[in-house]
Amino acid sequence: MTDRPALSRAFWRGTRQGLPFLIVVVPFGVLFGVAGTEAGFNFWEVMGFSVLVIAGASQFTAVQLMADHTPAVLVLATSLAVNLRMAMYSASLTPHLGAAPAWKKALVAYFMIDQSFALADADYARRPEQSVAEKLAFYAGACLPTCPTWYVGTMAGVFLGKSIPPAFALDFAVPVTFLAMIAPSLRSVPHLVAAGTSVIGALVFAPLPAGTGVLAAAALAMVAGARTEIWLARRAAA
Amino acid sequence: MRDFYGTPTIWMIIVALGIGTFVLRYSFLGLLGNRPLPAWALRYLRYTAVAVLPALVAPLVIWPQATGGQTDPARLIAAGVTVLAGLITRNTLAAILGGLAALYLGLWLIG
Repeated sequence: MTDRPALSRAFWRGTRQGLPFLIVVVPFGVLFGVAGTEAGFNFWEVMGFSVLVIAGASQFTAVQLMADHTPAVLVLATSLAVNLRMAMYSASLTPHLGAAPAWKKALVAYFMIDQSFALADADYARRPEQSVAEKLAFYAGACLPTCPTWYVGTMAGVFLGKSIPPAFALDFAVPVTFLAMIAPSLRSVPHLVAAGTSVIGALVFAPLPAGTGVLAAAALAMVAGARTEIWLARRAAA
Repeated sequence: MRDFYGTPTIWMIIVALGIGTFVLRYSFLGLLGNRPLPAWALRYLRYTAVAVLPALVAPLVIWPQATGGQTDPARLIAAGVTVLAGLITRNTLAAILGGLAALYLGLWLIG
């Protein structure tokens, strides 16, 4: 019933396409290991983040907010808000993988990162004739170079962290990483409006208790982005 | 940080964030099935990352902890270069490397 050569072809196609992301995932993981150690987390806690959460941006968010002594509830709310896009990824993969057994879907969900989703989404669109088994094989292949390497990078960062002198201004590695993650997505007017609202909101709300200003600014920015999108669509239609 | 939260709370946050993130990832695939997301929900979800991350970064760029909250030209320039490099190359790693290069050059030149 299962076509072994087709599965193995799909798996290795995924691995090949995932390989270039090594140069993003590993350094980013190292940076998280360094940032977590700098913030005062021990080895197991930093690794706990990378293994249990396996979502870089939200891990950095949690570490940054905890370094500012933000109440736990707000740390969770803000970090989970960063991961809301995963629900969108989950919805996009459902037509392709929804028929798979629950435990396989649980594995797909655990390894769902920006890179594995983007690769799978593109491959399923290009080869819609694939069976669910082939699609799963491709997904597993794409995760191989992008997910376990996140743990390895983090571990390397923890060991490196203690040996990096203050002259390297590592305090600023986190802002640089965040900006580098957002900048490529500032491709549309609504995205720019959302980012601008977010920045102004965060500075205006800075005197508010730790974490609340960020959450308020983010909520405003989401509304601003969505509203701008609607407004532009209406103007284009008129 | 450790004294503020204590070990049990730290682990509570890590585990809860792990479970919450898993639920978001599993949501449609495993629980909600093949129901399409309403257009208004998709519209808001599109802007979550770009709404949260700049809010986290802005105070760190304007009032860096390492300088005791004093605005620092080297860090301001580094932030600007990171955004520019990201916009031009569309590549996160290139933006990180560009930003760090600008930071070290700035710290070395300005001090």
